[in-house]
Amino acid sequence: MTPGAAPAGGARRLTIAEALREAIAEEMRRDERVFLIGEDVGVPGGFGGAFGVYLGLTEEFGHERIIDTPISEKAIAGAAIGAALMGLRPIPDLQYADFLFECMDELVNQAAKMRYMSNGKLSVPLVLRCPVGTANRGAQHGQCPESYFVHVPGLKVVCVSDAYHAKGLLKSAVRDDDPVIFFEHKLLYGSKGREQAGGLDLTSPVPEEEYLFPIGKAVVKRPGTSVTVVATHISLYRALAAAEELAGDGIDCEVIDPLTLLPLDEETIFASVRKTGRLVIAHEDTLTGGWGAELAARVAEECLFSLEAPIRRVASRDVPLPVAPVMEQTVVPSLARIKAVIQSCCGG
Amino acid sequence: MSPDTLSGSTTPGPAPVTGDVDGAREPELYRRMRLIRRFEERVYLLYLQGEIPGTLHQYQGQEAVAVGVCDVLRATDWITSTHRPHGHALAKGVDLRAAMAELYGKATGCCGGKGGSMHLGDPAVGMLPAIAIVGGGNTVVTGLGLAFKLRHTDQVAVCFFGEGASNEGAFHEGLNFAAVQHLPIVFACENNLYGASTPFTQTSLVPDVATRGAAYGVRAEIVDGMDVLAVRESAERAVGEARAGAGPVLLEFKTYRFAGHSRGDVRGYRSREEEAEWKERDPIVRIRDRLAPVLKPGALDEVDAQVEAAIDDAVEFARQSPPPRAEDALTGAYATLIRGEPPS
Repeated sequence: MTPGAAPAGGARRLTIAEALREAIAEEMRRDERVFLIGEDVGVPGGFGGAFGVYLGLTEEFGHERIIDTPISEKAIAGAAIGAALMGLRPIPDLQYADFLFECMDELVNQAAKMRYMSNGKLSVPLVLRCPVGTANRGAQHGQCPESYFVHVPGLKVVCVSDAYHAKGLLKSAVRDDDPVIFFEHKLLYGSKGREQAGGLDLTSPVPEEEYLFPIGKAVVKRPGTSVTVVATHISLYRALAAAEELAGDGIDCEVIDPLTLLPLDEETIFASVRKTGRLVIAHEDTLTGGWGAELAARVAEECLFSLEAPIRRVASRDVPLPVAPVMEQTVVPSLARIKAVIQSCCGG
Repeated sequence: MSPDTLSGSTTPGPAPVTGDVDGAREPELYRRMRLIRRFEERVYLLYLQGEIPGTLHQYQGQEAVAVGVCDVLRATDWITSTHRPHGHALAKGVDLRAAMAELYGKATGCCGGKGGSMHLGDPAVGMLPAIAIVGGGNTVVTGLGLAFKLRHTDQVAVCFFGEGASNEGAFHEGLNFAAVQHLPIVFACENNLYGASTPFTQTSLVPDVATRGAAYGVRAEIVDGMDVLAVRESAERAVGEARAGAGPVLLEFKTYRFAGHSRGDVRGYRSREEEAEWKERDPIVRIRDRLAPVLKPGALDEVDAQVEAAIDDAVEFARQSPPPRAEDALTGAYATLIRGEPPS
């Protein structure tokens, strides 16, 4: 299948959680080196991972390949890195992206650098899946920390927003020889988050036949001519909703899901900006030092004379996350805020 | 591991001593310790003369630990090391020339000049690039053990670390994880009494790191790290248990670094009396004194001369080796080339 192409009509619809589960099961069947290791991933009568993604996998693959661990993020990351160095392909799980900070040394100093320090003699093929995003869980269970990792040479960083790309990218990530940090938004898994996600249909068509989607490739979710909007995760859906609302006002948004933040698909994004002359970046990660700043800088360096307006960013406010829904919505990039910034960028 | 791998395939290393003590490997243990000692003394001078860039953390005094432990390992076993890795590297069989060239930052170094002193290592002989974050190896080593377990091999991984690392979370998480997973790992703690300048007595109310094994259900042992035969014996036992599937073992080697923490350390934090006491227990002198009466006259002097020749050769090799190409700095961070790697 052509990367990024819409699946054939009539394809079944899956949630992201189902697509991820399918991707893991397929890769585990295909390659015996692939295994899962983390907190609450396979305990009988347990959760199947914090968000149910692994339900049923232990029955098929057994406890030797679905390994439950202590709540011990440094050990989980270290074990995954060490096993990857020995040629296995671990998929470690820490439950929440917020817990990545428990194992920053392992990720930043070991996983990202072992290949380089060994002069290419070693590689670290692992995929660390990380649920991100606000869901009234407060300051330590709702962060979007992807930008920290975009800053680390040696890592690859993926953000998925729909089932089709989630499956294709996770399969590519498992087969990739570099460490991949794979971010998924909690509200987009498709189970109970629908209302919080704003009534989104959280399923998307996923073909029965096997396919991969390449790391490093963005997709244009909605073609347009007035302004380029680059957005990830739930901000992507808000951007798409804003685009529909603005269409009536004569603002024709081109909405891009970058999917991979490191390496970034500059080609797709620059081509769009050169066409529209305007760029809005929306992400739930906080503003200062966020990946949007990096993208803005690159567009300013490479596409300045195509720009007809200043680049604009919509991101979470630079505060920790509060729990109260009314406060939380003030912090994250809401539909209203994204829409207003697009309007402003277009001179509205 | 064949003893001949110590000085590597490309180095005309000294032949093992033929004299024998009750069929034991003592002459070979002596040769290896002597090689590490002289390597360290030589690179310190070369560093002071400006030939070796960066910094050095030296291993003089602790040679019995690396040599005694690695002597019972197979070529297919793995070790992780620390910011003080020269002894571990030479004991595990990293090529002497490639190790020296790496300190020089040359293209022929075992890490192509990208690793240097603190990341010395070579996967070809079962040594990860040394991990220079205190405690860093203590979690990564669990993955080595896990891979051996999942693949049903009988390989063993040894994690060398200092007593300072036992105050890091990584020590505790790694030890506990290895224990509950019954991993084939030996945690080899080199307790040289000081974390940089700070005495362990100021950073832990538990004087023996081995005590901490009990907290995780791990068998632990305190060993005289200045006696290579005691080290070797304890390591043989521990590695055997790990290899047999009995889970990890924690060995604490009481030892002492004769040099400062790193270059330029004048060791003002410890007394010359204390240093003299430990030097009385110099592990190389001890094994030499034991061997001299039973080997043919001059045998050990011959070993010493061979060691000097091997080091001379390695230094000359490093000096004559080309530097890396500058542009190679920009490649190798990723296995698969990524667009714009690195951003210009």
